[in-house]
Amino acid sequence: MNRYPGTPLFLERRSYRFRRMMDAVRLLPFIVLAFWMVPLLWPVHETATAETVPMSHALRYIFGAWLAAVILCFVLWRRTSSQIEQENKG
Amino acid sequence: MSKHVVLVEDETNIAEAIRFLLGREGWRVQTLANGATAVEVIRKAVPDLVMLDVMLPGKSGFEILKELRADAALAELPILMLTARGQSRDRDIAEDAGVSRFMTKPFSNEEMLSAVRDLTASGTADA
Amino acid sequence: MVSLNQLIAVCLLYVIGLFAVAFAAERAAVRGHGDWLLRSPLVYTLSLSIYCTAWTFYGAVGYAARSGLEFVTIYLGPSIVMIGWWWILRRLVRIGRSHRVTSVADLISSRYGKSNLLAILVTTMAVIGVTPYIALQLQSVTLSLSIFASAETGAAPGADPINSAQAAFWVAVGLTLFTVLFGTRNLNVNERHHGVVIAIAVEAVVKLLALLAVGIFVVWGLAGGIDEAMAQIDRSPMGHWQVEGGRWVALTLLAAAAFICLPRMFQVLVVENDDERHLQIASWAFPLYLMLMSLFVVPIAVVGLDLLPEGSNPDLFVLSLPLSQGQSNLAMFAFLGGFSSATSMVIVATLALSTMVSNHIVMPIWLAYGQNTVQQSGDVRHVVILSRRLSILLIISLGYFYYRLSGGGGALAAIGTISFGGVAQFLPALLGGIFWRGATRIGAVTGLCVGFALWIFTMLLPSFGAGAALSAATFEQGLFGIVWLRPEALFGVRGLDPTVHAVIWSLSLNTLSFILASLFSFPSPMERLQGAQFVNIFDHSSPARGWTASVAASEDLMIMAQRILGAPEAQAFFRAQARLQEKSEGLPEPTPRFVQALERELAASVGAATAHAMVSQLVGGASVSVQDLLAVADESAQMLEYSSQLEIKSRALTDTAAKLRRANEKLTQLSHQKDSFLSQISHELRTPMTSIRSFSEILRDAKGLNPEEKTRYASIIHSETIRLTRLLDDLLDLSVLENGEVTLNQQSGTLQELLDRAITTASAAATRAIVIDRNRSTENIQLETDLDRLVQVFINLITNAQKYCGAEQPELKIRTRLINGCVEVDLIDNGTGIEPESRDLIFEKFSRVPGQGGEGAGLGLAICREIITRLQGTIGYMPDTPGTGFRITLPQTHSVQERKTKTLIDQA
Repeated sequence: MNRYPGTPLFLERRSYRFRRMMDAVRLLPFIVLAFWMVPLLWPVHETATAETVPMSHALRYIFGAWLAAVILCFVLWRRTSSQIEQENKG
Repeated sequence: MSKHVVLVEDETNIAEAIRFLLGREGWRVQTLANGATAVEVIRKAVPDLVMLDVMLPGKSGFEILKELRADAALAELPILMLTARGQSRDRDIAEDAGVSRFMTKPFSNEEMLSAVRDLTASGTADA
Repeated sequence: MVSLNQLIAVCLLYVIGLFAVAFAAERAAVRGHGDWLLRSPLVYTLSLSIYCTAWTFYGAVGYAARSGLEFVTIYLGPSIVMIGWWWILRRLVRIGRSHRVTSVADLISSRYGKSNLLAILVTTMAVIGVTPYIALQLQSVTLSLSIFASAETGAAPGADPINSAQAAFWVAVGLTLFTVLFGTRNLNVNERHHGVVIAIAVEAVVKLLALLAVGIFVVWGLAGGIDEAMAQIDRSPMGHWQVEGGRWVALTLLAAAAFICLPRMFQVLVVENDDERHLQIASWAFPLYLMLMSLFVVPIAVVGLDLLPEGSNPDLFVLSLPLSQGQSNLAMFAFLGGFSSATSMVIVATLALSTMVSNHIVMPIWLAYGQNTVQQSGDVRHVVILSRRLSILLIISLGYFYYRLSGGGGALAAIGTISFGGVAQFLPALLGGIFWRGATRIGAVTGLCVGFALWIFTMLLPSFGAGAALSAATFEQGLFGIVWLRPEALFGVRGLDPTVHAVIWSLSLNTLSFILASLFSFPSPMERLQGAQFVNIFDHSSPARGWTASVAASEDLMIMAQRILGAPEAQAFFRAQARLQEKSEGLPEPTPRFVQALERELAASVGAATAHAMVSQLVGGASVSVQDLLAVADESAQMLEYSSQLEIKSRALTDTAAKLRRANEKLTQLSHQKDSFLSQISHELRTPMTSIRSFSEILRDAKGLNPEEKTRYASIIHSETIRLTRLLDDLLDLSVLENGEVTLNQQSGTLQELLDRAITTASAAATRAIVIDRNRSTENIQLETDLDRLVQVFINLITNAQKYCGAEQPELKIRTRLINGCVEVDLIDNGTGIEPESRDLIFEKFSRVPGQGGEGAGLGLAICREIITRLQGTIGYMPDTPGTGFRITLPQTHSVQERKTKTLIDQA
């Protein structure tokens, strides 16, 4: 993956941090998706071994994940927006 | 002793006319058709008057004039210049170079003769 | 209590208010004010909220009441897409901006070689797919009205207090009017509608606040706080997690797909995007909005189920709960929220669809059936706007008929899911198009057709119910009695939820056939070009594609552009382009660059495929050559091409500059020549005059001249007079020759005779002998031309050699030959020749070679050249000879008659 051709092998700290932030931006949707797919593991019907998850728990989990995703996304935006703008200009 | 004039003129007909006119006035006229040797001849002859055409084969009249004036011995020599080009620019060049008199062809015989007289008279007065 | 009339009055006021906001925004946009708001990320994010329609506002609660937390998948899908903006949306927005894409159909058709077939296919599918969705909005507004009406009249829940068919009809009419007024007042550049976007943003705020207000009222007002509400939820019939995994995954995927593919979402996400940075802001802001919209859905559903009587429609809990508690103001606010959701969706959806219908269906048909109409009278703008209005009418009517047909009884969420399933079929072609260069048009068409057919069979038709569109027998035994073709159990796969079944089959077979057909088909050059540009959008942000060898007349393009863009806009565009080409006036040249820019400009108004079709109609065929492809595939090749073009251009410029410099030098030289000629002519005239005057005065005044002297002086005067006359003759001769007034006398003789004559005459006048070297045996050439003039030329040249040859023993070599009826005569002396810088000038009149003295006036060679030109020949200096050499070439027979006719023809 030669996304940044012609760049030096070692980067200055700021640039390094920006790259890792961009990695996070790219990864975040998959992480969020994984969290939202967790309910697939919850039992749908009452069985002897597993109890169904109460609705209040389910609500807290789903919406909690949602809020966390929003906050993470917001933080990443604050950290990367100015750099992205520069890259687009350059 | 008759006065001596060197005439530098490549047109034989004009030279002949001047020779005839001045000859009748008692001048000894020496004619040169080529500009190249003119300065040398004049320096040797030390004439009373030089008549000089501008467009000459070999060397132009202006160049001859300048060389003559550059020579201290010839600085006072009266020089009458005759030209057929008749542009004011030529007159300016000649006067800058120290010509005594500048005449445009064609001239009337009388005009030419009186110019020669004026030049030689003032020359004698100075002397 | 709110009366129905009051409600309608409030609605109208609200609509008028919205219209005012939109109008103000558009005015501000035209004047360039208010950019901070119009182009703000906030407005962008809020405009995305048209994803939340009446389905969300009313339907989500109903959905939750029926299926628990499953409703949330519809919002998780889009949230994932937004959070993952970097992967897909960023690409789409960049492509949309750089290719000036007007709709999802435009993007797909543009990607697959500007295919009109694909555009039509996608448009048709979108119209069919979105129709249930529009019906859903009509249904929700009608339902909400009926709730108020039943509250007013006290009718039993479930009864029909108002005539819903009629109400739906009037709602449809109102929405049509609203959309036409909002969206088609003018043909906007790049299809951006600032007024609409602002109105949508206002509606987004209203619906969010309304739903939050109802939610807060329910949780704190009715349930008594969060904990109590949670406890009540756990106690309710939906108190446990009961979502099937298959549906959970399938619906999340479906919602994500629909979020990208829905025409209205594409419109606000991509087409109306002003700034790529807004996307990242929306990546957290929009999920937040969705989360807030979904936050109170479950509590409202649970409390509604608890408090409202059995049989109440859960789709309307948002309204009926406050109404039942006597909160009529809150109910009114909720109604406005629902109304906002419905109207904003219908407006944007129909706008997006009508753009697609008019650009991809109406315009191409109009173009096809009026072959030459592009250049002829009639305003295309009117056609475009009219076709959009009719499309709006058509789309809303379709929605209305679907509503009537489906009986208006279905749950909102079920209808919405069907719509999602339809538009999600675009996903493989769309994603394949922007990520995979191997995707082809045939693949896209195949995938779309397969997916769409399956969707119709497994989702749309069954939605009308057994026995309506599909017979009950088909449900039981399959299409044509084939068990494998049962709409809810394809290929014998049973036991799946119908929605999951439909989504899995349609999308997977769609993708499979798309990939297979792409692998086994070969793309056209245009497809490969567009594919490379779309997939490598970040490498080719200013993509290039050429119209080569264009033969379009700029006038035709101008006429066409005026009728699509409007006269002032088109003229401004053409002027700007002409300036770019550094032309101070007139139309720009139809260069590939210009035609491409024009096509982009037109694409903003009528879509890429149509614009391409229109331009190719005038320019003459798409012209993507293999070279073009290579140039795009390899940017460095393009650069090379460009720089070599630059090199050629700069070389041409250098050449021109050198030519100019030479011309200038020549002019300066000529001017000097003229000055010195005037001096020369003065000298030449005055010199003989001096002798004449002097000797005539001597003859007149001098006494005692002897007869010999008199004769001699008279003959001098005579000869000088002749000299003067000769000079004047030369001048006149030249002037006559130059003006072409010369009369040529055709004579015949041999070249040998002519040369003899010339040499005799020249030698007689010569002052200096010159040896003439001739080869008489070759000179026996018969000539038919003006011999006297030709002799004049020879005399002139021989005399020149005599005068100017600088050699000790001057010699002139004359060589002649006859080649194909042309006589060539070379005259070469053994002198020093003429300096190269003087060679250009020797044939000019007044010209005298410097440093050679002589008495000529410099007219000889000028006269020679004029004569030879009259004799239809040429004379030139021979640069490669040791001395001065001239070559004369002239026809052996010069026909005077022929010349005259030729002149007559020239004059006629």
